[in-house]
Amino acid sequence: MSTHVSTHEQESRYEVQKATWRTKVGLAEMLRGGVIMDVVNAEQARIAEEAGAVAVMALERVPADIRREGGVARMSDPVVIEEIMNAVTIPVMAKCRIGHFAEAMILEALGVDFIDESEVLTPADEEHHVNKHAFKTPFVCGARDLGEALRRVGEGAAMIRTKGEAGTGNIVEAVRHMRAIMRDIRRIHSAPEDELMAIAKQLQAPYDLVVEVHQTGRLPVPNFSAGGVATPADAALMMWLGAEAVFVGSGIFKSSNPEARARAIVDAVTYYREPEMLAEISKGLGEAMPSLDVRKLADEELMAVRGW
Amino acid sequence: MTIGVLALQGDFAEHRAMLARMGVDSREVRKVDDLNGVDALIIPGGESTTIGKLMARYGLDAAIRARAQQGMPIYGTCAGLILLAKDIEGSDQPRLGLMDIAVVRNAFGRQIESFEADIPFAPTPDQPVRGVFIRAPIISRVGAGVQVLSAFDNKIVAVQQGNLLATAFHPELTDDTRVHRYFLTLVK
Repeated sequence: MSTHVSTHEQESRYEVQKATWRTKVGLAEMLRGGVIMDVVNAEQARIAEEAGAVAVMALERVPADIRREGGVARMSDPVVIEEIMNAVTIPVMAKCRIGHFAEAMILEALGVDFIDESEVLTPADEEHHVNKHAFKTPFVCGARDLGEALRRVGEGAAMIRTKGEAGTGNIVEAVRHMRAIMRDIRRIHSAPEDELMAIAKQLQAPYDLVVEVHQTGRLPVPNFSAGGVATPADAALMMWLGAEAVFVGSGIFKSSNPEARARAIVDAVTYYREPEMLAEISKGLGEAMPSLDVRKLADEELMAVRGW
Repeated sequence: MTIGVLALQGDFAEHRAMLARMGVDSREVRKVDDLNGVDALIIPGGESTTIGKLMARYGLDAAIRARAQQGMPIYGTCAGLILLAKDIEGSDQPRLGLMDIAVVRNAFGRQIESFEADIPFAPTPDQPVRGVFIRAPIISRVGAGVQVLSAFDNKIVAVQQGNLLATAFHPELTDDTRVHRYFLTLVK
């Protein structure tokens, strides 16, 4: 015999607290060990979900196309975002411009699960980032080093990702940023307590967050990798370096076989410590995305230097 | 006693940290062989479709089902609850299907509706537990052999069927070890 239970809405007798810091960081924790994939329409979103993505980033254009087409890159059309939200059951993220809190308000009104205040879009404010504490939706922000990461956490970011150099298919900048973050975490963790204020001054980071890193030996929020991941081996490398999950932007749908590559990168993040499995996972994936040498990009073409 | 924590994806590190605080040995389970020598298994929170697909791709679904049928206790939180359920409303996603329950995914809405509340938990009748619900499921049907351990506002959020325990919420994101302690009483 089975019992059917009513689930209709009613006044709660319980004191329910929504959008707490714990529920924001908690969603980031739930994405750990997973792959978040950029998608531009419902069909790509379904391919990503079928491959095993933990979330998708809803966009009008992936970073490689933003780079190629130039001009001001803005928040995507809400129609595109809603189409993607309706296509999948996994969390959907979307990007706003750095400092553009009106775009962030629109994304929150649409009900996206995570907002990426992203250097891939053209910054709207060269001085201030969004005050992320003011939102119910959790935010992820990019960082090149620990000081930048802790400034973003200080503003309310519930997840940090390396910036890398998006749309290049070149992992070198993500490696540089992750190594810098992890090196400074180790330095702070082993530093004597009386040196923490000087470290906070040097990193231009909030003192209380420096103390927290000293005590825990990790970022106060999950530490993910983004920017330049093109292969399962790239994803595994970032996991070895300390990433807790991986964003893949142009790397999947700009490759010759998105289904196979998406699935392979998902598997590589779970089995990054298993070289024999990675060898199998990496076989026969076709051509990776077209790539760029970061050193040949002009200064104004670099995305990672946007924001501070 | 060693508790395995399924580590394909999700917040497995939080479960291991909680077990460590309780002085209990744990091990990450990513491959079938990792189940050897494990006395019980925790399936963490995470993305249930991802974890289910990886379980099926690497043969862990059959291996875990076989161990469960031999009596290995399993505790699933959130995504773990979904993967333990026989029926997932509106979805044909891969699952273990070990518990005679139906679940509704994302039953409270999207992330903006995620919440915390003090809720009852039958094994600790005197003191509520802090329920952290993140894009959480609810249990919409329970079979005859299933015991309801927690319900609030007419929503069932924790159940037990013999050696199988499941909660829609995340005790591993709190400092409260009581739900994990209750699970350990099921381990022989």
